[in-house]
Amino acid sequence: MKWAPTLAVSLLALTAAACVLADVIAPASYTHQFRAEPDAAPSRQHLLGTDDLGRDRFSRLLYGTRVSLLLAPAAALLSSLLAALIGGTAGFRGGRVEKIVMSGTDLFLSLPWLFLLITVRALMPLNVSPIVSAAITFLLLGCLGWAAAARVVCADARSLRNSDFILLARASGSSGLRLLWRHMVPNLLPVLLAQFWISVPAFILTEANLGMLGLGVAEPLPSWGSLLREMQSYPSLAGNPWRFIPLLLFIVLVSCFQLVMVQEELPA
Amino acid sequence: MKQHRFRIILVVISLLGAITAFAQSGSELRFCLHSEPKTFNPLLAEDDSSETIRYLTGGVLIRVDRLTQNAIPELATAWKISNGGRTIIFKLRDGVRFSDTTPFSAEDVGYTVRQLMDPALHSPTADSFRSGEGAVEIQVLSRNRVAITFPAPIAGLDKLFDQVGIMSAKSPQKEMAVLGPYHVAEYKAGSYVLLQRNPNYWKHDGSGKQLPYIESIKLDIQQNRDTEILRLLRGELDFINSLDAEYFDKILSQDSSMAHDAGVSLDSEQMWFNQVASSPLPDYKKEWFRSTNFRRAISEAINRDDLARIVFHGHARPAVGPVSIANKFWFNSKLQPHPFDPTSALQRLSQDGFQLRDGVLRDRQGHGVEFSLITNSGNKYRERMATMIQQDLAGIGIKLNIVTLDFPSLIERITRSFNYEACLLGLVNNDLDPDSQMNIWLSSAENHQWNPNQKSPATNWEAEIDKLMRAQASTLDSRKRKTYFDQVQEIAWEQEPFIYLVNRNALSAVSPSVHNAHPVVLRPQVYWNIDQLVLGNEVARKH
Repeated sequence: MKWAPTLAVSLLALTAAACVLADVIAPASYTHQFRAEPDAAPSRQHLLGTDDLGRDRFSRLLYGTRVSLLLAPAAALLSSLLAALIGGTAGFRGGRVEKIVMSGTDLFLSLPWLFLLITVRALMPLNVSPIVSAAITFLLLGCLGWAAAARVVCADARSLRNSDFILLARASGSSGLRLLWRHMVPNLLPVLLAQFWISVPAFILTEANLGMLGLGVAEPLPSWGSLLREMQSYPSLAGNPWRFIPLLLFIVLVSCFQLVMVQEELPA
Repeated sequence: MKQHRFRIILVVISLLGAITAFAQSGSELRFCLHSEPKTFNPLLAEDDSSETIRYLTGGVLIRVDRLTQNAIPELATAWKISNGGRTIIFKLRDGVRFSDTTPFSAEDVGYTVRQLMDPALHSPTADSFRSGEGAVEIQVLSRNRVAITFPAPIAGLDKLFDQVGIMSAKSPQKEMAVLGPYHVAEYKAGSYVLLQRNPNYWKHDGSGKQLPYIESIKLDIQQNRDTEILRLLRGELDFINSLDAEYFDKILSQDSSMAHDAGVSLDSEQMWFNQVASSPLPDYKKEWFRSTNFRRAISEAINRDDLARIVFHGHARPAVGPVSIANKFWFNSKLQPHPFDPTSALQRLSQDGFQLRDGVLRDRQGHGVEFSLITNSGNKYRERMATMIQQDLAGIGIKLNIVTLDFPSLIERITRSFNYEACLLGLVNNDLDPDSQMNIWLSSAENHQWNPNQKSPATNWEAEIDKLMRAQASTLDSRKRKTYFDQVQEIAWEQEPFIYLVNRNALSAVSPSVHNAHPVVLRPQVYWNIDQLVLGNEVARKH
């Protein structure tokens, strides 16, 4: 199974390349409605058929993947940085600071963030372009997704703080910032990378779920949320196996992320 | 030996299963409620499930025939409206008893109306009867005659009694004693409501056999539509009263004998622009939305045929105005749906100084025409309509931003903060009479969505509509009322404060084992003649 991570990276790279070149590869605009052919089966003109409004599914899949694959890692990076800052500081300082910060994190984890997302969506200005609305959705996910990772980072930082090599560094006269930057951060990096790779598919899934509630990326911009939402109703799926392709791609890419993550964790 | 015993057990189980299946299909009609019934009190029924139970159990004085849309006698054999539309005198049917054998008399009608009009009860049905300030007078003239006088005339008074299930004044069972074809026999919260045939139901068929034919009805509480469809196709349910286009087509493809398209319903889908003067919109946008030319242009730029064909799979029809073509009497047949004509739309816009430059429509001051359209999240048909409208409007250089909001946020924006530009929603219409639309068309009304609660009409045409709506409500001559309301429809067609998009069809699915089912466009589409329905294996028994 040594080839599996390589295959995963290749598939991710291939998908990323297809998304970047979507403007060239896509046979039609993702917004254009071929109204004479709604719900069409795959054909030469429409490789994956058309959706219920006659839009080319292949083009929408390319652009939707681009949106989700671009914004989900960005949100994951933001949440990992926040987790590193909050969890790392708490673990490094220990004592009362750690208790207060971790209590706050627990409280944060217990709050019903779905309602916040609904409220923010409702409060946002109405004349916002779909791209901005997508960016805001992922920004919110990034801002709200740090807490679980922060707990893990804090635990790791705490064990590092009490380790022999940190004690030795302290004894050699290393001060706070140097200790943090030279000794703690490099050792926290594997756990942060793991948290990042866990967050990417988690955010993609969350955006898909938000899309199902109508809170994700706005029409006509496609995202995996809107593509998966088409699969909500049983009548639209029966007898149309090609409609499962976005789900299939989603499963493949999430699996790829997981494989890459395992690969990252192994050396650690 | 062991194998032999096992075979016997299998045979016994199979026989028991077959007997149970036969018993169930033979005597029991089954269909689904999509939520828990909130009440069994017929005067408080508001949600779909409670209304279903009211229809199946409640006896009414007058019924609106769902086929002809005329009022027909039920517990009242005759009635007369007098005193300028304020008084209605009922002559009641003799020898009728409630399900618990309590005799029915004029006192019960008096008791029901007093309960109905009691402000403490907060009956949603009573709103239609509240014509003016003052109390309702009830005079029991004899055992089978009763006169009810309202403080002010009520147009279409007789048909309003279709919604009033008569309750017993004397029965210890209170609302559980009923005069309709069925009574509630068992209720298991979250699971089902079992209705049994009312042994004292007054109706008989031509051969003198007491109705209804079906012994009992099991209403399974089932929210999931996919499961409901699968159960119908497996033969576990007898019908689905109302379906959306996608599910309808699915059933049509699997068993076309089950699918029934009764034609255009009373329900409509429409969009409107915010014309509230105090709304937090920029002045130039307020000016756009107040312009008749602008609204007419948007309307002409929308391809309604495509909406009906693509979004509703052809099970809808381009809407004309506030009244659906399904409303046989009140629809103004002179009117036609606004045609799809982007060229005419641009001409209208140019009259207001708009110009299409480099694919972008700009107003006199150079503002690019861009606005947002809000609709409720989770309604895929509205979201699809909005997306199609987005492309249609892009064709005349208008940028439309679609925003789906959760329902409470949407209501907050359209009723309180007025912080929105355009809204797309639907109207579920149960009532044929235009009186039910008073709360929409009067400029002072709360549901005058484009500009509600006006102290005085903001425009001349709204003043004219106010005048016509009041005139139709204050006369009893149905021809005059029709003339007035036809004019309202013409003004609404001309001014388009609501841009009516489509009227959905009334779609249902009925198992071939249900006989005498003739689905119609009025609710309840399938079981409106519940006492006439017969299950397959009871046909022989009936004849």
